[in-house]
Amino acid sequence: MHATVAESAITSGGRRFRWRVVDIVVASVIGVAVGVIFWAWGVAWGPVSAPIEALLPGLQAAPAAVWLIAGVLGALIIRKPGAALYTELVAAIISSLIGSQWGGLLTIEAGLVQGLGAEIVFALFLYRYWRLPAALLAGAGAGLAMAINDLVLWYAGAAPAFAVVYTISAVVGGAIIAGGLSWLAARGLARSGALGRFASGREIRAS
Amino acid sequence: MRTGEPVADARPVEIQARRWGWRHGGRRDAAIAGLDLRIAPGERVLLLGASGSGKSTLLHGLAGVLGGDEDGESRGELLIDGRPPEASRGRSGLVLQDPDSQLVMARLGDDVAFGLENLGVPADAIWPRVADALDAVGLRLPHPHSTANLSGGQRQRLALAGVLAMRPGLILLDEPTANLDPDGVREVRDAVARVADESGATLVVIEHRVSVWLPVVDRVVVLGQGGRLIADGRPADVLSDRGGELRAAGVWLPTDVPWRAHAPGSAPPEPLMATAALDVARVPGDPVQRGIDTRVDAGRILAVTGPNGAGKSTLALTLAGLVRPDGGELAARAALAGDLGSEPWRWRSRDLLTRIGTVFQNPEHQFLTGSVRAELEVGPRALKLSSRERTTRVDRMLDALRLDPLADANPFTLSGGEKRRLSVATVLASRPRMLVLDEPTFGQDANTWRELARLIVELRDEGVGVVAVTHDETFVEAVADTRLVLAAPSDDGDERVGSASAPHGDSASQGTQRGVRA
Amino acid sequence: MSIGMVRPDLPLAAVNPVAKVAATIPLSIALVLTLDPVSAGVAIVCELIVFMAIGLGSLLWSPRTLPVWIAAPLTGLSMVLYGAPSGATFWEFGLIRISEGSLEIGLATMTRVIAIALPAVVLFLTIDPTDFADGLAQTLRLPARFVLGALAALRLVGSSIDDWRTLALARRARGVADRGVIRRSLGQAFALLVLAIRRGSTLATAMEARGFGASAERTWARRVHFGGTEWVVIAVGCLVAAVSVTAAVVTGSWNLVWS
Repeated sequence: MHATVAESAITSGGRRFRWRVVDIVVASVIGVAVGVIFWAWGVAWGPVSAPIEALLPGLQAAPAAVWLIAGVLGALIIRKPGAALYTELVAAIISSLIGSQWGGLLTIEAGLVQGLGAEIVFALFLYRYWRLPAALLAGAGAGLAMAINDLVLWYAGAAPAFAVVYTISAVVGGAIIAGGLSWLAARGLARSGALGRFASGREIRAS
Repeated sequence: MRTGEPVADARPVEIQARRWGWRHGGRRDAAIAGLDLRIAPGERVLLLGASGSGKSTLLHGLAGVLGGDEDGESRGELLIDGRPPEASRGRSGLVLQDPDSQLVMARLGDDVAFGLENLGVPADAIWPRVADALDAVGLRLPHPHSTANLSGGQRQRLALAGVLAMRPGLILLDEPTANLDPDGVREVRDAVARVADESGATLVVIEHRVSVWLPVVDRVVVLGQGGRLIADGRPADVLSDRGGELRAAGVWLPTDVPWRAHAPGSAPPEPLMATAALDVARVPGDPVQRGIDTRVDAGRILAVTGPNGAGKSTLALTLAGLVRPDGGELAARAALAGDLGSEPWRWRSRDLLTRIGTVFQNPEHQFLTGSVRAELEVGPRALKLSSRERTTRVDRMLDALRLDPLADANPFTLSGGEKRRLSVATVLASRPRMLVLDEPTFGQDANTWRELARLIVELRDEGVGVVAVTHDETFVEAVADTRLVLAAPSDDGDERVGSASAPHGDSASQGTQRGVRA
Repeated sequence: MSIGMVRPDLPLAAVNPVAKVAATIPLSIALVLTLDPVSAGVAIVCELIVFMAIGLGSLLWSPRTLPVWIAAPLTGLSMVLYGAPSGATFWEFGLIRISEGSLEIGLATMTRVIAIALPAVVLFLTIDPTDFADGLAQTLRLPARFVLGALAALRLVGSSIDDWRTLALARRARGVADRGVIRRSLGQAFALLVLAIRRGSTLATAMEARGFGASAERTWARRVHFGGTEWVVIAVGCLVAAVSVTAAVVTGSWNLVWS
């Protein structure tokens, strides 16, 4: 049906990294959509985390990795420098506009830090490599950033054992939930043809 | 605030295409290639062609929104007033098909001002131009009015106002009325006609339903596969000389009825479902329509019509057993319910499959899988049919609805007509005794329309009871057996008056409805 | 929802959102620095007084602040059970060690969460996204392309909510709604994303066709002001922070977290 050819990387570096209007708007749409999910997860958070917090200390960082999805997903789709940071930030702002128990400013700050965690990983790959390992590592990076941020700001009085468990669950949860799920979603979106205007959409449909 | 100036720059645009072509990034074939076309300043052109003729690509090219190297590859030359469209921002304005995807701002006035801000118009010059543009399209609402509360027709007029405020010399319309009900179509068409008269701007419009735009245009251009120029000339000449080719391309010619159904058998129909004083609501406790008395018969097609907001879709969802009635009575008869109770909204999801099938207005809402074949298997699988039976049914549906070549394609990547055929096929694969369709012919070209109409009548003749919610008068007149008219919501939100008629002259019309005061 | 339009009659609705966000900064920083119940407790009292005084009292008890009241004790409980132990130990079980010290940390954490979150939730409820975007782009001079892109994307929330409802009904109609809630929700979320991105791409085209993203210098139809009222709002924020810190220092409970 749809004759496709692999997109060759002939475009120059500067062009490749420039944000088009469609990049900005679709990154924003992803940010908004995931931001609503963030908010809903925040409302459901009490019942979800309470048993974990009571029985398995620090392990609540694993389900908290749902709050890391926006950045990884945005970067996998848009593939521009800053995409992870921007998408996660938009999602955080949206969820705080609706109302977040972690305060507006600190929710936005968390989004910034978590987005940065994923962004750094993609930057280390020079924004050239977007396969599953990169997604998993970016999710782990976002998880690590989240753990550091939370331990400093919210669990400042925690015992070392708690901190270690919290960090490990955040990294593993980040890799699986934010990295793995985002990668699956990005692949599905590409196959659905919704990413026709993005290199991420054309590449997968070509293979 | 009014400036009294013309709404658009008096200088209409000239269009010149020389061997122009465009290939979307990642596609092997060009969407459009080697196009030679000149449109004189002030001409009003209706652009026709089958899907795949690249007419949308041409329009996007003229608007300068095809993008750069990252988006695709351009050949030849496409110029407006002798310059590339990308370099003439603000000289052209584009209105697209989907009313929901073109709202930029939350407030009416801001939305119109958006383009002017982008063009760097000084702040004090913006608001008078916003007022003029809103006036020109007949949207007389306060500037802070929420854009989310506008109807489809109002949204499209708002998009048009946003374009007009920029005072473009070229107005481009990409199926601006395809998603609207008849009132909305008239609203938008009339606004365009008025604006074109006042401004003298060049106009290019794409639309399948020719009759809507004939009064407005003075030239028709027909594109074939890949942008080949098939016909070009005065509307009357092109339509009469090239009628056959146009019909083959799915174009609706004026006064055309693509196909007509024969009357149903004379045997008295068996009722599947009946309602008495039924209230329907999307949100429980907030009914959108009250006091509906109607009946769904096996082997008959019931058309539900009425203006937007009259609760047609909500009634469809209620009859389909997806939404609980908000009051009154809805009872499935034994012929439909079998061994289950008479309240379809209490049935299990799986039990609905063989009883009531629902085709949603937007096919994408009901797609669940990654391939056409898997999509067709969802129903039979849920019914726990043997794998042999499943394959037989799926193959038959693929064949009947000409979906064979697409069996492995992702449902979301199909064309509009293909998606519609697939959504109908998925429902038929589980063989329901009653079928509920929400706007089955919405936005379809004449070919898909004919196929759908034939299929629905075939089902009727096999004894399936069909309910079709529709705005499409042609469909009601040529296909439906009875009609239920829902009245517009009145100001106090309580009183409803309905009427009934029988398109086939069937005197046993059952589509009646009482006016009730709560 | 404040992702839609905000009621213009709400107190503070007309204040530049940048000021409202800025007003929460001093207290957030102060409370993050210390972990003691006095500063947070005083802050909560001040917040209640201020919000009641300006007529935002009703928002304090709206359903939107409910997550705060639920999350705060939970976070506090975490610290009671797993906070760094000190003083007398009351109960021990595995990693759990409830001690005098961990009880104090738990109480401090709970009040701190409330003190930080409450003003933000209430103030953000008075922020209209359009005003927020105007403030970000004009007052803070953030890149207009990104601010407006995000603002425009908000238009799709309404249609996404409708989509979600219809997607759920469609799943029932297709016979798959009897079980598998989690898997079905994931599939539904995916379908929602497909529809949203499609609409987003169209929206981008519509915006580009109206000159968005072009190199020309952009103007603003509505100038955003930042004047006396805004400075007063920020000053009140600073004052609340100062009172809380002073109270903690004076009572000797000021407790720098990383010391």
